Amino acid sequence: MTRFIVRRLVAMIGVLFAVSVIVFVVFMVLPKQNPAQTLAGKNATPGLVKNIEEEWGFDDSLPVQYATMMKKVFTGELTSYKPRLPVDDRIIEGIPATLSLAVGAAVIWLFFGLLLGYLSAIRAGGWLDRILTGVSIAGISIPVFLLAPVLLYFLSYKLEIFPNAQYVPFSEDPYEWARHLILPWFTLALLSIGFYSRVLRSNMLDVMNEDYVRTARAKGLSERKVMTRHVLRNSLIPVITLFGLDFGATIAGTAIITEAIFSIDGVGYYAAEAVKKFELPPIMGVALYGAFFVVLLNALVDIAYAYLDPRVRLGESASE
Amino acid sequence: MSTEPSAERGPWSLALRRFLRNRLAVAFLGLFVLIVLFVLAAPLWADNVAHTGPNEEHTVEQITVDGEKKDVVTPEGKPIGPQWFGADGKFFLGADGRLGRDEMVRLMYGGRTSLQIGITAALIATILAVVLALLAGYFRGWVDGLIARTLDTIWSLPVFLIGLALGIALAVGGLKIGPLELSSGSIWNPILVISIFTVPYIARPIRGQVLALSEKEFVEAAVAQGAGPVRVMFSEILPNLASTIIVFFTLMIANSMLFEAGLSFLGAGVQPPNSSWGTMITVGVELLNIQPLLAILPGLMIMLTVLALNIVGDALRDALDPRGKARMDAALEFEAQGGIATGQQGATA
Repeated sequence: MTRFIVRRLVAMIGVLFAVSVIVFVVFMVLPKQNPAQTLAGKNATPGLVKNIEEEWGFDDSLPVQYATMMKKVFTGELTSYKPRLPVDDRIIEGIPATLSLAVGAAVIWLFFGLLLGYLSAIRAGGWLDRILTGVSIAGISIPVFLLAPVLLYFLSYKLEIFPNAQYVPFSEDPYEWARHLILPWFTLALLSIGFYSRVLRSNMLDVMNEDYVRTARAKGLSERKVMTRHVLRNSLIPVITLFGLDFGATIAGTAIITEAIFSIDGVGYYAAEAVKKFELPPIMGVALYGAFFVVLLNALVDIAYAYLDPRVRLGESASE
Repeated sequence: MSTEPSAERGPWSLALRRFLRNRLAVAFLGLFVLIVLFVLAAPLWADNVAHTGPNEEHTVEQITVDGEKKDVVTPEGKPIGPQWFGADGKFFLGADGRLGRDEMVRLMYGGRTSLQIGITAALIATILAVVLALLAGYFRGWVDGLIARTLDTIWSLPVFLIGLALGIALAVGGLKIGPLELSSGSIWNPILVISIFTVPYIARPIRGQVLALSEKEFVEAAVAQGAGPVRVMFSEILPNLASTIIVFFTLMIANSMLFEAGLSFLGAGVQPPNSSWGTMITVGVELLNIQPLLAILPGLMIMLTVLALNIVGDALRDALDPRGKARMDAALEFEAQGGIATGQQGATA
């Protein structure tokens, strides 16, 4: 186990380094114009560009420039330039809103995904299964940028059941916090609910065919016990792994779009606003921190998975 | 292989027959063809029906609807709603906002951009992925190690976030790598971003297939005849990958279109004056309370296109891989049997 953890952590550090190099190349090497101009954004004054050029040392060699960038990002010196504001502070401020959105959505998608998947599997082939299959395929097919406006228009503007988004901190008013987040939560969760219920269903159908399930039935366990203790439990491991990977991907993907549409003042909203204003330093910060977070999370998931399933750390593929 | 293929039918025509038997997939293929025709008809509609272009502004104009004069954009800034054929096809779906551009014309031209980016990005990603997979799977050793590592690294990144960063960096600064130069507003920027970050999704499975194929006797035979690496890779192994490539290409168009819509929605994809369904949603969301269709229509178009491509892609996989299909059928049969059994037991439990 220790060997596996060390190997996985070394691989993780490799990926983290690759991420930082990619971000560096994206902002400093690829753009056609002077990187200082790119960082300053569109329509920047020549004075500002000159300042940035000196601040970032664009006359230095590329490795030195890379070191400067990393130092700036991790010592909190990274600032946006119109107006001049520290990026790190703004990212930290946005974390509670982003986590509220992502964790709440994750709870919803796990709960409904597993519930619907379980119901679908124990009634496989029946009418309930057919309906749930239809619902989950529809859920998988609706992109956030369609679902969010539809929910916002009908449930918030027309029927006025839910407020028009914004974010209320939990510490201020837990009830309003939840009421404001319900639409974004479901927007973010719906796609995964469909997907997870499909995955759990097919896993359960596979497990139902195993010998130990027949043994459990043969020794006279009730059908419900067979289903929950033997079939469901053994079908959950791949779902948990999937969850670890999806959680990170969601925060760094669809959550940005959801935050932008519902004006939830989180990290994603900050990034979206920066994109609109063509401000690059905030995006550099969000991309680096976001990618680090996701890579770290994936490594932790892998380690947890190896702990749960010895075949993984012994080098076999567990999915086969 | 239980069924004996009849003598005059090749594997492709058999696959075609299997595909045509899938009614749902044929219906959605039809839908996709309709969407393509819809966006191809953009100039026809713009010139002959709407008499305006996708970026032409009609801020202070009036149109005659059933003999009545109406503002395209009211003094309060509210755009005109769908007129259908009330104004001879002008503003069929209304105007798009304060600028008073014709929404129908924009929807058709925007779809052109979205489809064009989706297809081009998928094509580039597929070609790159196939070449990388062939090199990795054929040469193995350090070539494979390098390619597989790179693909794994990209795979483990939060692709959308890094894509967003690259998209906006290119949208501000343009691109210059050696002889390749792109201006900041070029639609090649999002195409490049999407194709780079989607390569691993195709290359990883195909690499596995190349590894398996290069162990086969026909490869050995070709090598024994004196075939060089290029011939083995491209005329021995490549044809055997055709069905996988077709399936992945179809699915990748859908994936790329979603990627493009996400980037463009946030402003890091297609840049003005070009527009795509993604950028149209951004404009529409701002007016959601006044004209919800402006956000919902382009979103719906994306969803239908993506859904159609995914269903067609899945059906192609079933049609081109009959053994996979047989496995699927067995699984479905098992599910049906298990369903009846567990259904009864579940009811008594």
